[in-house]
Amino acid sequence: MEQDINIKITDREGKTHKVQAPTDMAMNLMEVVRSFELAEEGTIGVCGGMAMCASCQCYVLSDTQLPEMQDDEEAMLSEAFYVKDNSRLGCQIHITPELEGLEVELAPES
Amino acid sequence: MIKTDILIIGAGPTGLFAVFEAGLLKLKCHLIDALPQPGGQCSEIYPKKPIYDIPAYPEILAGDLTHKLMEQCKQFEPGFTLGERADTIEKQEDGSFIVTTNKGTKHQAPVVAIAGGLGSFEPRKPLIHNIASFEDKGVEYIIKDPEVYRDKKVVIAGGGDSALDWSIFLSDVAKEVTLIHRRNEFRGHLDSVEKVQELKNAGKINLVTPAEVVGILGAKEVSGVVVKQAEHIEKEFEIECDHFIPLFGLSPKLGPIANWGLEIEKNAIKVDNSLDYQTNIPGVFAIGDVNTYPGKLKLILCGFHEATLMCQSAYKIINPGKRYVMKYTTVAGVDGFDGTRKEAPKAVVKKIE
Repeated sequence: MEQDINIKITDREGKTHKVQAPTDMAMNLMEVVRSFELAEEGTIGVCGGMAMCASCQCYVLSDTQLPEMQDDEEAMLSEAFYVKDNSRLGCQIHITPELEGLEVELAPES
Repeated sequence: MIKTDILIIGAGPTGLFAVFEAGLLKLKCHLIDALPQPGGQCSEIYPKKPIYDIPAYPEILAGDLTHKLMEQCKQFEPGFTLGERADTIEKQEDGSFIVTTNKGTKHQAPVVAIAGGLGSFEPRKPLIHNIASFEDKGVEYIIKDPEVYRDKKVVIAGGGDSALDWSIFLSDVAKEVTLIHRRNEFRGHLDSVEKVQELKNAGKINLVTPAEVVGILGAKEVSGVVVKQAEHIEKEFEIECDHFIPLFGLSPKLGPIANWGLEIEKNAIKVDNSLDYQTNIPGVFAIGDVNTYPGKLKLILCGFHEATLMCQSAYKIINPGKRYVMKYTTVAGVDGFDGTRKEAPKAVVKKIE
């Protein structure tokens, strides 16, 4: 079994949570947020993780090397609100050992 | 006044399957949905996405699932009030409920089943400081009647199918159409993107990219918008227009249901799952993604199960004192309200001499 990785997630109230995310469950960052109940149900992962709603938008605060943004994610972020240069969709970031130390902040609900 | 046995709020998979289960019990259903077509999220957000966890379907597109469910419940002749949002509920002296939509359509039923999924889908509003004061005064989030825009100057914002399709359509109706998008690329169908390109080349659509609307101009009604060009942060300019139509998709909100006196927990309706998914208001049930209870899983197949149990209790409310024995369709067949009958072919019985 692969090790869990350590991630810091700042919720929409500004509180930072240190969580351990499993790398062997094919989870993405949006699902980690949901499993630790860091955002109210119904306000995150609305489309189920298909890069079609931007409800899981987050700002990447660390310099962690992330998977390259694909067309769907880029297109969704081009329509989303509160977008910054460091915006990503949590549902498109799969939890892998390379993400150890990742720090993100959830974007406001929109 | 529309009268029915079970009034279902939400025409997604759970609501549609409830029509079938209710039909087996000879109960008539009517559905209300804020969206203009049945299917809920399946048809509105991801009709072309495959679903893999519907029993007996190794893979089915969400849109196809909606079609199959419609086909399955058609024989029980459900009624639909589409494009309207259930706004208020009033309990009557006879125990029934009257549910009124935002357009004033009234429905009466002894049982109400809320199958609202994540809630009603509301337009996502752009973050423009003064936009609220211009709503219905030149700012519209949904195009209901294109004739409103005949010979007017229209600005559309967005980069998806809705923005592209309406820009194309209104280029023949409006006096001037301007499409503003934050990127140079669009996420719509290739055909639509190419059509917009053609119309731009022909001078029938003004395309402003990458840019966004940051302000609205006007005294009482919209007279123009302020646009900021993304590549020139300091560069802002104005476009004169009569209408500003931001089309940024839909966002689910629990909406007016939240004010119905139902017990709400984590943005969902709390139900008793030990029997039938009834809410704290007797006669009002909540099934599918809209409800919550210990161990809840938001899966379509769980919604189907909840719809089935809800119908059993609805039968007892609608037919008090009447006995009912659960029957299998393999044995009893299906008698549609439309006069159709489906049953398994009978075995040939031959006398042995």
